[in-house]
Amino acid sequence: MKPAPFRYVRARSVDDAVAALARDSEAKVLAGGQSLIAMMNVRAAKPDCLVDINALSGLDYIKVKDGGLAIGALTRHETVKRSALVKEHCPLLAEAYEWIAHRAVRNRGTFGGNLCHADPASENPAVALVTEASFVLKSAKGERTVAAGDFFKGVYQTAARQDELLIEVRIPSRPKGQGWGFVEVSPRKGDFAMTATVVTLELAGSNVKAAKIALTGVSDRAIRLPSVEAALAGKPATEDLFRAAGEAARKAINPSSDFHADDAMRRDLASTLTRRALTAAKSRCA
Amino acid sequence: MNKEKITVTVNGRKHEKEVEPRRLLSDFIREDLRLTGTHVGCEHGVCGTCTVLVNGKSQRSCLTFAVMADGAEIQTIEGLGTAEKMHPLQQGFWEKHGLQCGFCTPGMLMTAVELLKENPNPSVDEVREALSGNLCRCTGYQTIVESIQRGAEIMRGGK
Repeated sequence: MKPAPFRYVRARSVDDAVAALARDSEAKVLAGGQSLIAMMNVRAAKPDCLVDINALSGLDYIKVKDGGLAIGALTRHETVKRSALVKEHCPLLAEAYEWIAHRAVRNRGTFGGNLCHADPASENPAVALVTEASFVLKSAKGERTVAAGDFFKGVYQTAARQDELLIEVRIPSRPKGQGWGFVEVSPRKGDFAMTATVVTLELAGSNVKAAKIALTGVSDRAIRLPSVEAALAGKPATEDLFRAAGEAARKAINPSSDFHADDAMRRDLASTLTRRALTAAKSRCA
Repeated sequence: MNKEKITVTVNGRKHEKEVEPRRLLSDFIREDLRLTGTHVGCEHGVCGTCTVLVNGKSQRSCLTFAVMADGAEIQTIEGLGTAEKMHPLQQGFWEKHGLQCGFCTPGMLMTAVELLKENPNPSVDEVREALSGNLCRCTGYQTIVESIQRGAEIMRGGK
């Protein structure tokens, strides 16, 4: 099968892009295209109009701003993966990139496009949830910032309106002493996750001060597990506690089955990966 | 249907063409330019056989519209070597039986070109990691890995 015909607009600037989105209520953004074009090739997506933002400059950057990272939405995956700033300020994201896509896809796919695609088995949304990242959206009417917790709405659904362009993602820097863990199981490294667990952990002495846990691949979107997080707070950070957290994660989710893994397997994975991610995080609390 | 005018340089030769926006780069290369060395397998970004180099970087040509490549420099398998004067990687594939049916080979080769540019002496694990996005359904990865290491050896000046 081939993609259905569409109208093509090449944006030369951010203003150009948001004007095109405002002009045509059927227009969608074409960034790296690594998910969108695949879906168009099998006609799972048939946009009437695409606004190609690849030619615009000024959205491809990684910088430190206001105590965190500011990543331009059009920054390619491979650039994020290799960034020394990302390793320094958000080692969790750097570690997630060990699992994200294959080289040819990373060369082309964009950080912002990946987040806006909101695939329920994608890694970056879970990282965004745990780090409490925020998303800067721009339209012809102005700019607004949406917290990661409010951004992901369902399978391929986000809070971004049709006329809005994601321009920047802001990720707070890792607080001193915070450990992190990222553990994934996927059919092949680089494929979407069957399940992945993403955590951060802060200790007060030998007790848990605060834990954040997000899972991907177990729902219609990446999800935080607030009840499991709350149950960890104040308790001794032992392997027994982490095992109990894994069991709680197993019960807190309601995954669906597909040909990669059924409900029971995803619950098993959630339990084991949560325990492992917490253990890894503890070893990095320094 | 509206068409867009694009200019691309493929294997050193400049082409000016009009294309429908929905024209995939893979189809543009194969059908408009008649360079059929680039293969199309899954056509949704999973198999990697359509991999070409765009401005020196590997890309899935089935996940790129030709209009998006306007102004780009593209290298396909035809730009690598000839039967008389093979690229060291092609020589490696020949010596180590890196081809079985040959369908995945163009993607394997273009992916390996990028790898060796950055890492002239990759370990088995590094080759496997680099090839993780390329499928061989003859299941012949063993000899493909050996072929790439042999190609690397030739490129480093070994006989």
